[in-house]
Amino acid sequence: MILIHCPYCDEQRPGLEFAYAGEAHIARPADPSALSDEEWERFLFIRANPRGRHHERWRHIHGCARFFNAVRDTVSDKFELTYKAGEPRK
Amino acid sequence: MVRFSGLSLFAKALGNHQSWPELWPDAQPKPAYDAVIVGAGGHGLGAAYYLAKKYGITKVAVIEKGWLGGGNTGRNTTIVRSNYLYDESAHLYDHAVKLWDGLSQDLNFNVMYSKRGVMMLAHNVHDIQSFQRHIHANRLNGVDNEWLTPEQAKEYCPPLDISPEARYPVLGAALQRRGGTARHDSVAWGYARAASALGVDIIQNCMVTGIRRGADGAVEGVETTRGYIATKKVGVSAAGNTSVVMRMAGLDFPLESYPLQALVSEPVKPVFPCVVMSNTVHAYISQSDKGELVIGAGTDQYVSYSQRGALHIVEHTLAAICEIFPMFRRMRMLRNWGGIVDVTPDRSPILGKTPVPGLYVNCGWGTGGFKATPGAGDLLAYTIAKDEPHPINAPFNLDRFRGGRLIDEAAAAAVAH
Repeated sequence: MILIHCPYCDEQRPGLEFAYAGEAHIARPADPSALSDEEWERFLFIRANPRGRHHERWRHIHGCARFFNAVRDTVSDKFELTYKAGEPRK
Repeated sequence: MVRFSGLSLFAKALGNHQSWPELWPDAQPKPAYDAVIVGAGGHGLGAAYYLAKKYGITKVAVIEKGWLGGGNTGRNTTIVRSNYLYDESAHLYDHAVKLWDGLSQDLNFNVMYSKRGVMMLAHNVHDIQSFQRHIHANRLNGVDNEWLTPEQAKEYCPPLDISPEARYPVLGAALQRRGGTARHDSVAWGYARAASALGVDIIQNCMVTGIRRGADGAVEGVETTRGYIATKKVGVSAAGNTSVVMRMAGLDFPLESYPLQALVSEPVKPVFPCVVMSNTVHAYISQSDKGELVIGAGTDQYVSYSQRGALHIVEHTLAAICEIFPMFRRMRMLRNWGGIVDVTPDRSPILGKTPVPGLYVNCGWGTGGFKATPGAGDLLAYTIAKDEPHPINAPFNLDRFRGGRLIDEAAAAAVAH
């Protein structure tokens, strides 16, 4: 079982308490009607899907229920760090 | 290549079967090929075989970073079916099922395709309505699928508990009789042997590290861990690693790679005659010819390339199986494993050309690629040979994520895919 550190609870907890919420730092467009088809495609569908360091969102659903961001290695599944939502990309 | 036949079996038996040759030679990379296929799974080997057989393109290399058939071809649960809702999907998957039919004869290699039927259980009113809609849509597309009452379902699959007291009562089922299972390794071996006999080089332990492009942007060759290979046409059939390979050509893809786990029980005598799937309870089960129960369900929740998943996902799957088939509660599980599946936003594959001239892709099969093996190979070969997609795979282009014409089987096919 993976262990995840919740930056709000400041505790290392089992992965069962958390829900994965997709790639992090995908900003919702400020002016959606101005977007071209290419920009919509990139926003909605294109994902980094890296083999290695991945920025992703998690939610401590069975704890504080808050969203936060994490950096995880997708080959070893090991978490490098987690940080609060709203903080810049690390 | 020695053709397998009753006669050759008899002749070799006289020599105690000591003189069988290897099925195919382990090839070394040459400096140039007419086409290179990345990924020696069933899909990639199939593409090489059909390129050589149907289009006469025999100067082909299949390069594989690991060993042949060691990715998702060797890790799936071997189910074959084509009862998809949308016209595009029904045509695509049924094209494969039609090829499964004569595949053993075509390859002169027994792929053990067994039309034992795929039965999908309905547990609630929504299931009944959804399955009957599927059945009607399938029939309009010439795909067999029929509705069974609980009694008929029980007759077809005796281990089924259809009593109203069951935890998940069976209210009926959709049965595709042409669906079933095939031996996954044999598919890879059969295609490899047949392709190799036609002149295709199968190069294992050779990872692609770069895709070289000319001034016009077109593909010129591939860099590999075993040297540079010049080629004008590259077909990528790399499943979970497609995003990584595509980035070498400067392309970002609408894919995410997830672990998908499966497991088998200890082998027992024949107890389970068909494939049973339950989307509502979220599991599916069949019995291999070796006697193991083969069990699977959905993916793990996070993006990963680790080829393993979390134990609680497996626990959930087994809990579902025990709810539907209480008789298996005391079965011991022998082993479990994970594969990395590449999932598209609409859960339909991407099979066709890319913005890079000479680069073709077959990916995004997600959790259900095995059933499509012969069809995907055939259509990728067509696309590479003609430099345009076949009408069957034309809707499965990469542009649909820009234009919005998605083939949204995720909503249509519920969970199991």
